[in-house]
Formats: sequence, structure tokens, C-alpha cells
Amino acid sequence: MIDIAVMRRLGDFTLDAAFAAPHGVTAIFGRSGSGKSSLINCIAGLMRPDAGHVRIGGMDLTQTPVHRRRIGYVFQDARLFPHLDVARNLSYGGTHDRDAVIEMLGLDDLLHRRPATLSGGEKSRVAIGRALMSNPQLLLMDEPLAALDADRKAEVLHYLERLCAATRVPVIYVSHAMSEVARLATTLVLMEAGRVTRFGPLDHILSDPAAVPLVGVRDAGAVLTGTVRGLNAADGLTEVALSAGRLVLPGRLGRHGDRIRLRIPAQDVILSLQAPQGLSALNVLTCHIAAIEVGHGPGVAVSLNSGSDRLLARITRRSAARMGLVVGQEVHAIIKATAVAAQDIGGAA
Amino acid sequence: MGALDAVAWAAVMLSLRVAVVATIISLPFAVVVAWLLARKRFWGRGLLNGLVHLPLVLPPVVTGYLLLLAFGTQGPIGSVLRDAFGITLAFRWTGAVLAAAIMAFPLTVRAIRLGFEAVPPGLEDAASTLGASRVRVFATVTLPLIGPAVLAGAVLGFAKALGEFGATITFVAAIPGQTQTIPSAIYGLLQVPGEDGAVVSLVVISIVLAMTTLALAEWLSQRLTARLGA
Repeated sequence: MIDIAVMRRLGDFTLDAAFAAPHGVTAIFGRSGSGKSSLINCIAGLMRPDAGHVRIGGMDLTQTPVHRRRIGYVFQDARLFPHLDVARNLSYGGTHDRDAVIEMLGLDDLLHRRPATLSGGEKSRVAIGRALMSNPQLLLMDEPLAALDADRKAEVLHYLERLCAATRVPVIYVSHAMSEVARLATTLVLMEAGRVTRFGPLDHILSDPAAVPLVGVRDAGAVLTGTVRGLNAADGLTEVALSAGRLVLPGRLGRHGDRIRLRIPAQDVILSLQAPQGLSALNVLTCHIAAIEVGHGPGVAVSLNSGSDRLLARITRRSAARMGLVVGQEVHAIIKATAVAAQDIGGAA
Repeated sequence: MGALDAVAWAAVMLSLRVAVVATIISLPFAVVVAWLLARKRFWGRGLLNGLVHLPLVLPPVVTGYLLLLAFGTQGPIGSVLRDAFGITLAFRWTGAVLAAAIMAFPLTVRAIRLGFEAVPPGLEDAASTLGASRVRVFATVTLPLIGPAVLAGAVLGFAKALGEFGATITFVAAIPGQTQTIPSAIYGLLQVPGEDGAVVSLVVISIVLAMTTLALAEWLSQRLTARLGA
């Protein structure tokens, strides 16, 4: 269990954040300047809070100096030691699970290289491996993908998924990119202006229409877990079975039987009262309305139950009124196959 | 060019000895002071900074005179050194070491301080999150990274110590074979007619020493920088 409550004044800005999270991957999500980095610096001990506590697995670390906390930290800029080769960077903090870490992160070919000769993605992988080999009781990652281009991002994200699925070390992952958060995390902490506005299980928050203003209209969208059922080589589509229905998505998304996670942006879901006919969209899920949240703007967030899965749709207030949507009503959710971006699909933890 | 006589040769050897000893002894102090000035905020920091830089802005003769007042056998520090440890600095080659070290100190400190300030921010934090104590962080991250700056500071200090004149001649005079360094030997020879040959020899030796020092520093600096992988 991770139990954090810290208060720290920084000029005009006040960090006053508290959350609790079970082991697993906890994402801290918020805009830049919302205090995410200050919060994890307090957890690591690099910043001293004016008040509060940092408790990891029942141990109070509030007064413990940085080097005795056993909290691994993967910085956005990797911070590899330029005078040491990759092997000595990796072993700087210890050699815990050395071979397994090197294997998992694909570092074998890099061991004798100098940091200056590595690509951005390779640096990130070495930084992650170095933190893991120090045998931390908690791993902090501060936007490890933010400085990378799209290709390197995809490369490192692939390794991060393996890591998050395999490791027993709890992870706190800071990001302002919802697609990363949705692929990796099990617990979500939302931050705004130095405060935690909401925390809890990721799938609950992302399918909660009341949380849409906190997550942000563009980033809102439920996360579903499905099973790969079929690959069609002829048209390049993959069928994914959900608890009540199936989706057809572009690309090869895994092998038959693989569990995958996908995020469906709320603004890409269309609602229809009748079962649609003669439509180009391939994906139609029959759902029941679980909740309707009317915000201040022109939009309405509708949460939908489809079997045991929850979906989130964002439609205009006018459409909601015209359709006469009420809780409990049966509707059809239409999802365009290409609405689910490749970056929003990943292996399930 | 006449053959170098014994006195001039002694001046060369003494200059080298003074500069080497002054550089080696002052280097650890310079690293500590540079670290304090670059990294720490404490009461009296401005005073320390001013004190370190004083020899750079004072006339060297004044520095030499102040050394004589403090470290002379009657001076407050000099009398203690003599009575307690039997050490005399004034008019001895060890005094020339002190004068050279103090005159070179600001240059060495400035170069090393720049090195501390150029260590990429956060590398030391990264090391401590990996479990390294402050001492280990300094020894394994900070020190290797400021290596080129320490070298640059040492070379600068060595060159300055080799050429120091004003403070040295005021504090320890220019006793041939005992406290006469290359610069004071050249100055002394210039006062005597017909010693042009010896002057030219010493000037040439000065230039060769300076060039050799620079070349050695350049070679070492390249090796160190290569080790940093830049």
C-alpha cells in the first residue's frame, strides 16, 4: 500500500496532494505545471515537504534520507552517468535480478556502449534497468517517454508494458499522455493546480461520466479489456471479443487468445436508439445507459454498460434531449474501427 | 648563448620544485573551496569569495608584504610555526611555495568552480536515488565529472606558480641557490651588465616549460574528455 500526503509551498504555487494506492501501477495524470513532478520528488525525498507523510508498504519514510529510501527513480532525461559505460551505469545501485532485467529490457547489446552513443529510447531503457537493479521497493517514473519521438515512444512503451506486467515492484508513473496511462496503469491519480482531484481504480474513473471534466474532454474515454479472436490477413483487421459483443479493429493486434487493453475515446462513440443498418462503421455494441452527466458546456457524458464492460460516450446536450436519453434505456453504441488509435491498444496487464 | 651556470640552473630546479609542491598542496584546498562557493549558501560565503580572490587584485608586492607580516618569524602565525613546529617560512624555499600557492589559488579555484557548475544538474540526485551516500556520490560521480576542470585549474595554477615574482621576492627575497626562482634570477641578471647570455637561456627555458605544460595538459584533457564519452 502506498500512502502519500504532502504539503509544500513553492513560491506562489502550493502542492497539497494526498492519495493512497494499492501495489500495481499507479499513474499520476495532469497537465504540465500541475505539480506531478514536485509530488514524486517529495516521494523520492529529493524535495522536503513542509508537512505530511510518505508511507510505502507500512514503512514511514518521511524522515528517511534519499539514499536509504530504496525508491528507484527513472527521470525524464534518463540521467545516465556519462563517464561510465552501460554495464557500470546499470550496476551503480546494485545487481539485483541483473540477467532478468537485461533480458527484459533488451540491453544485452548495449552493455559496452557509452551513454553519449545511445539513442533516446536506449537511454530510457538503460535508466529503467538501472533503477530496477537497485532493488527498489517502489519505482517512480517521471514522463520517461516525453522526450522521445513517436517511434522511440512505441519502442519503450512496449518494454514498459512488459515491465509493468512482470514486476512485483509497485510503480508510480507520471504522465500527461492519457494513451500511455490507459495502457499501463491500474490506479489513476488526477492532479490539477497542486491538488489531487480524484484517485481510484483506472477503469472506474475513466468510465465515470462525472470525472470527464477532471480528465479533460479530449482525453476522456473508457478502457476495455478484450480477447483477440481472429486475424484476417486479407483485409488486415483483428476481431476482439468483449464481454457482450465484439469489435473489429485495424491491424494485427496479437495472437489468437491474447488479452489486450483498448481505450475508446468518448468523443468517438456515437449513440443510436435503433440498431443501425447500412452503416460503414463495423462496430456496434448494444448497451444500457448507466449514468448521464450534464456538465457546464454543450456536452453530455453518458456511461454505458455492455455486459461487464463500461463504455463512455460524449454527445451534445441537444442530441441527448432530442433522443430523450434516460438511465436504464437500451441504446446502440457505434464505434468506427479506425477511431481506436494504435497507441491506445496494448497488451493487458 | 652561454652555458647555463650553476646558479641559473639552481633557479630552474627551484622554480620547478616550488611550482610542483605549491600545486599539489593547494589542489585539495582549491577543490573544497570551489565546492563551497559553487554549491553551498552559508554565512560568510561572500567574505570567503573575496578573500580567495584578493591575491588576484592586490599588487603582488602587497601580498608578499602581508605574508611577511603574518608568517615572518615575529609575525602572529610565523612565531607559532617556529616555536611549536620549528618551521620557518620567510626567506626559505618553503616560503616561496606558500607565496606561489596563494598567488595561484584564485585561478585554480575559479577553474574548478566552473567545473562544479557544469556538472549536469540531477546526476547527483540520480546517484542518491540509487542508494549512494553523499560521500560516494562525490567520489563516483562529481569528482570524475569535474576531472577536466581540476586539471585545467592545476595547470593554470602551476603556470602561475612558475612565473610568480612580486610576492615571492618580497616574502623570501632572491637568495641564489635557496630562494631564487627563474623570474627573480632573470630580474637579478638584468641588473648586471654582460649577462645577456644567461638571461636568454633562462627566457628560452621559461618558454619551453610553459609550452610543455600546455601540451601535457592538452593531452591529459583529451584523454579525460574521451573517458567522459563526450
